[in-house]
Amino acid sequence: MFALSLVLVAVLWALYKWVGPQDGGKLFGLTVLPRANDTAMPHVWEMLSRYARPERRGATGSIALVVLSGAWFTFRLALTGFVIGASVGIALAVLMARYKVIERGLLPYLVVSQTIPLIALAPLVVSWGGKLHIGGFEWPRWLSASVLGAFLAFFPVAVGTLRGLTSAPQPASLELMDSYASSWWQTLVKLRFPAAVPFMIPALKLGASASVIGVVVAELSTGLAGGVGRLIIEYSRESTSDPAKVFTAVFAAAAIGLAMAGLVGLIDLAASRNRRPKDVLA
Amino acid sequence: MNAVEIRNVSKVFNAGRPNAVEALVDIDLTIEPGEFVSLIGPSGCGKSTELRLIANLLEPTTGEISVNAKPARQARLDQDYGMAFQQAGLFEWRTVTKNVELPLELKGWDKERRRARALEMLDLVKLSDFADHLPWQLSGGMQQRVAIARALAARPSLLLMDEPFGALDEMTREHMQAELLRICAETSTTVVFVTHSIPEAVYLSTRVVVMSPRPGRTKVVIDVDLGAERNVDTREDPAFFRKVTEVREALRGMPIGGPDDMALEP
Repeated sequence: MFALSLVLVAVLWALYKWVGPQDGGKLFGLTVLPRANDTAMPHVWEMLSRYARPERRGATGSIALVVLSGAWFTFRLALTGFVIGASVGIALAVLMARYKVIERGLLPYLVVSQTIPLIALAPLVVSWGGKLHIGGFEWPRWLSASVLGAFLAFFPVAVGTLRGLTSAPQPASLELMDSYASSWWQTLVKLRFPAAVPFMIPALKLGASASVIGVVVAELSTGLAGGVGRLIIEYSRESTSDPAKVFTAVFAAAAIGLAMAGLVGLIDLAASRNRRPKDVLA
Repeated sequence: MNAVEIRNVSKVFNAGRPNAVEALVDIDLTIEPGEFVSLIGPSGCGKSTELRLIANLLEPTTGEISVNAKPARQARLDQDYGMAFQQAGLFEWRTVTKNVELPLELKGWDKERRRARALEMLDLVKLSDFADHLPWQLSGGMQQRVAIARALAARPSLLLMDEPFGALDEMTREHMQAELLRICAETSTTVVFVTHSIPEAVYLSTRVVVMSPRPGRTKVVIDVDLGAERNVDTREDPAFFRKVTEVREALRGMPIGGPDDMALEP
């Protein structure tokens, strides 16, 4: 199904290149339709075949290897960011579910935190990180990118998990646990978390792709070398001479997002194996 | 030692606020071990509230409740009673056996002991063949039997049931009633049973507590002496019909609850 939709997108792209205006559609002097020329929208074939050619003239090996190693770098950063973000998000959700006061006090700040532009935050995190020396621990530059990924990832996880923990368990199930004199933590582990799984999976998926965005934007704005973010910047400078090049890195960034979502899909498979098939959301 | 003793209990929800509701007033009830007592009455008569007070899921506004001669709270902490609700409320992510093991897990029993007791309980409710099934693979009646097995897993002396068969069809319901009597006889468990159904209350109980609403109070307590051994013939016994009529007469003239009210008869 996914392969089919990829083909469909490629066909639409080619179709627009065929019928779309070469210099863009203009309305009252404003460009409202994108240019369909080869510089702005390279042919699908051109973009795919670009992977086989070297990164730059004289270089050995295809650009695919360069992009792949960049993608692997970014993927590891995004995964680290996601793990940190998801852990923080779940911890915050537990805290907010346990103490209503904390939920009322904290939730507005969490919402506000997501309105801070990442571009503004990225250099700050890098400079704070650079000043951190805890014992023998040196803050590596890449960790700042992961932290920014975590900063975007924790929010959907916290909100989704909180909702799952508080509203997924049936009132009768909570009464049942009370009748067993179950402690709050026992109820959390035996009832609230398992019941929250259908809420947590979509939240984790959002968090996983948000982490990729955070890491890529952090790479862009802090100039961290080695990942696809940096490649996107470098390649886009060559967009007039080699327009297909930047797309090789853009597709790689999208593939990382898919890989992350796929990982969450595996978690889902493991966590929902006992459930009635139709009861599993997302 | 009384299984349950309720002395002079009243319950007001939202006490001291404009939306205060008097749910129960002047409740006195003593239940001896081995009794099967049903609470019956229209919606809003506080019968579920009374059950939750015994279970210590709610605290009484005034008065005292003891279970097995201890304060209700202590009885809850000691898991002196098991509870079953209208919805079986099985945890869908656990197998049937694991669901029955839940109260034992919370008591800190080790794995083998839990497993052995759970299988014993499933045998009691005749579901041994479904030990490794998941709740959604069972019918409503089977789910409710698992819930009863779960409620009895820790061998409590008291079973509190809140309309446990209310969501079942008539035939399954009669079957479950017979099963419940058999199980209680085998385990010598005392039962407090909340129901909307007059024949159900009469068939199961040694005593039926008829309650009236707004505010909830005990209207009359009817002894049901149909012998210890009750079976399909009991339902056609003239003595059974006389008791059904007696309970119905006691309920007559009471205001009927709101739209969420179920019929007084099945």
